[in-house]
Amino acid sequence: MNPTTPSRIKVRPATERDGRKDYISIRDYGFWYGQKKALDAISLDIPERQVVAFIGPSGCGKSTLLRNLNRMNDLVDGISHEGDITINGRSIYDPGLEVISLRRRVGMVFQKSNPFPKSIYENVVYALRVMGVRDRAILDEACETSLRKSALWDEVKDRLQDSALGLSGGQMQRLCIARAIANRPEILLMDEPCSALDPIATGKIEELIHELKEQFTIVIVTHSMQQAARVSDRTAFFYLGKQIEYDTTEKIFMNPSQAQTEAYISGRFG
Amino acid sequence: MSSNPSDSSTPRGEAWVWFTGLGLIVGLGMVVGLLSLVILNGVTVFWAPPVPVAQIDDGRTIIGQLAQRRIRAGSPANAPRYELQYQVGLRELNGNSYLWVDEAKVKAETFPADVLGLERVENGPAFVRPVSLRKSDGQTVLVTDPSFEVAFQAEVASASAVREKLVEITRHRIGDVNAEMDAARVALRRAEDLKLAAEVAARRGQITSLEQRFAALQAEAAKVVAGGAVASLVSREASGREVLVPLTQVIRGWFPNRLDTWGRIQLFSSRLGEFIFDEPREANTEGGLMPAIFGTLVMTVFMSLMVTPFGVITAIYLREYAQQGAVLRIVRISVNNLAGVPSIVFGVFGLGFFVYVLGGSIDQLFFADQLKYNNNTPVFGTGGLLWCSLTLALMTLPVVIVATEEALAAVPRGMREASLAAGASKWQTIRDILLPASAPGILTGVILAMARGAGEVAPLMLVGVVKLAPTLPFDAVAPFLHMDRKFMHLGFHVYDLGFQSPDSDAARPMVFATTLLLIVLVVALNIGAIWIRNRLRARFKGAAF
Repeated sequence: MNPTTPSRIKVRPATERDGRKDYISIRDYGFWYGQKKALDAISLDIPERQVVAFIGPSGCGKSTLLRNLNRMNDLVDGISHEGDITINGRSIYDPGLEVISLRRRVGMVFQKSNPFPKSIYENVVYALRVMGVRDRAILDEACETSLRKSALWDEVKDRLQDSALGLSGGQMQRLCIARAIANRPEILLMDEPCSALDPIATGKIEELIHELKEQFTIVIVTHSMQQAARVSDRTAFFYLGKQIEYDTTEKIFMNPSQAQTEAYISGRFG
Repeated sequence: MSSNPSDSSTPRGEAWVWFTGLGLIVGLGMVVGLLSLVILNGVTVFWAPPVPVAQIDDGRTIIGQLAQRRIRAGSPANAPRYELQYQVGLRELNGNSYLWVDEAKVKAETFPADVLGLERVENGPAFVRPVSLRKSDGQTVLVTDPSFEVAFQAEVASASAVREKLVEITRHRIGDVNAEMDAARVALRRAEDLKLAAEVAARRGQITSLEQRFAALQAEAAKVVAGGAVASLVSREASGREVLVPLTQVIRGWFPNRLDTWGRIQLFSSRLGEFIFDEPREANTEGGLMPAIFGTLVMTVFMSLMVTPFGVITAIYLREYAQQGAVLRIVRISVNNLAGVPSIVFGVFGLGFFVYVLGGSIDQLFFADQLKYNNNTPVFGTGGLLWCSLTLALMTLPVVIVATEEALAAVPRGMREASLAAGASKWQTIRDILLPASAPGILTGVILAMARGAGEVAPLMLVGVVKLAPTLPFDAVAPFLHMDRKFMHLGFHVYDLGFQSPDSDAARPMVFATTLLLIVLVVALNIGAIWIRNRLRARFKGAAF
């Protein structure tokens, strides 16, 4: 049995959209760092097995929203929120839901690649190790599968026991993706995963996102509008903590309904 | 020259760069000065220079190794007069090993080849001119005989062998019997008190057999003495008086004016070896430092083993779990201030709490019989290795706490987030990610703690360090490591030699040698810890955080 299967979670009747049900629902969501309101009245639904891009100028709250999806912002002192976020119908703030099990279902890739100072192998299987998996066969299998999915297997299969810190920047970022998907989460959050990479490495990661979409619901924050256009099915545009527009990527880039969106994607501000 | 001060070609503030450099130079100068003083004085202790026979104005003749040369008190500064200190030895005849002589009154110094230096079991060294050797087989060899030196060294060697055998019997084997006897007597008293007839009989039997073994060992020792060398050396001291030296008293003899450089190097290494590997003699002013080296080492290692887990756990709580706020700030300030508390205060605390309260309770709980039937002799309720280690661990705790906190704070935020995002709990993140990544920083703290702990003396004097410990804290009797035993310590040894010794002239060279050894030991411990740290660091090399 897949240990991450959310067996206790009630399944909400699916809202069909492009043949897919909504997976993540954000309803009237507001968020404060201390007295500062970072997000205001966000409401959007993310369908399963699609890529949703969050775009907007720096400080618009897109990273904050992303980091709330797996409650990474819990590490910050003095935060508070209103409204709700549900994943597959269950609130992430449900007191009965442990934050650890939430994070096991919602993987995350960060802006700066952050491999552990361990071997490549140990980096990939870390999430399984902390779940208590000891069986070598399962770990080996998970390691290979994840590295194959993240298109890194051929490059590192002969040096799995070498330190992960000897990899190149692009390889490190793909390793971090492998690490994030090793325990088969349902959702993958990516916080500007390519901002520190060269165009070739970026291309590889983008191809990867296309492939991963078959299995994961992906939310990606990006500063590059070309990237958003290339990889995402749906795009949300944020400005000053507010959700300005959320629609299919095609609509946002070809025919945005809001003037602010148009101004931003055509480069007139931000 | 420009009128605008902002583009003046004279750099501003350069004087202050020189000023800071000056601070460094003063500091380095002090370190180099200290080290060279200690190394020079410490190493020359074991070197055997030629020994002069000096004719003094007043008709005296002295044979002695030059120890010091200094300006006479009250002599004019423009024309200083010097006085010389000779180590003449033969304390039992001269009353003092050392002699001050006005340099101007030394008429002539010669270096005759027959001057003989002797290191003796008692009464310190002697410098004599031998006349003849009475060998243990009764033959007499005159000093003029070419075989004299060979015969003399052979007799010294066989006398040493006998002496070592005697030490083995009297110190070790009789010592073991005595220890068993003490235990048996305590058990007998207990059995008598509780009216356990069978055990009383058994213990009495045991004591009788132990007494027999004791008597047998004494007889064996007497036989060794009787059968051993009775060789002796007839010699003359400087004034011509004849001195008879039994060779059982001689540890080492050398002809200081006859030795070539290689011979001197051999003598030097032999003395250095004795210094490091032997036990002390003559109120610690001679012989070796093995027990003190061992005590210092074991105590420092134990202190590190205790302070590291306590310090790291405390720091983890303070940094990762505790609610950051006013209370925590006060706790942090208190911890930092703990590092500034005078060490003797920790000694008093160690005595009051560890020795009397903790040790006393342990004795009450586990060694009640021992207390009741052995004249209230405490086991843990008196100073010992364990309490010394704990006291120093407490003293060095702030260092480790602060270093660990800094190291934890320096772990990149990304690593912490990556671990938590992978579904690890806080404790798993600390254990698997934060602690390994901060290990080098933690070890830096442990190194600092060790450096401070190994050199600390004052608190140890209160909680278990002694001038002369009869036994090492480690031996072949279970539980092998006796944490309750008192022990010797190099730092205390320096103090004891320098300031508590009856013969301060004789102790002076040993003070320097011991100081040098203490420095070497601390440096060696630090190098060991730094080596471990660098190996750990190598694992994190190239990290692109």
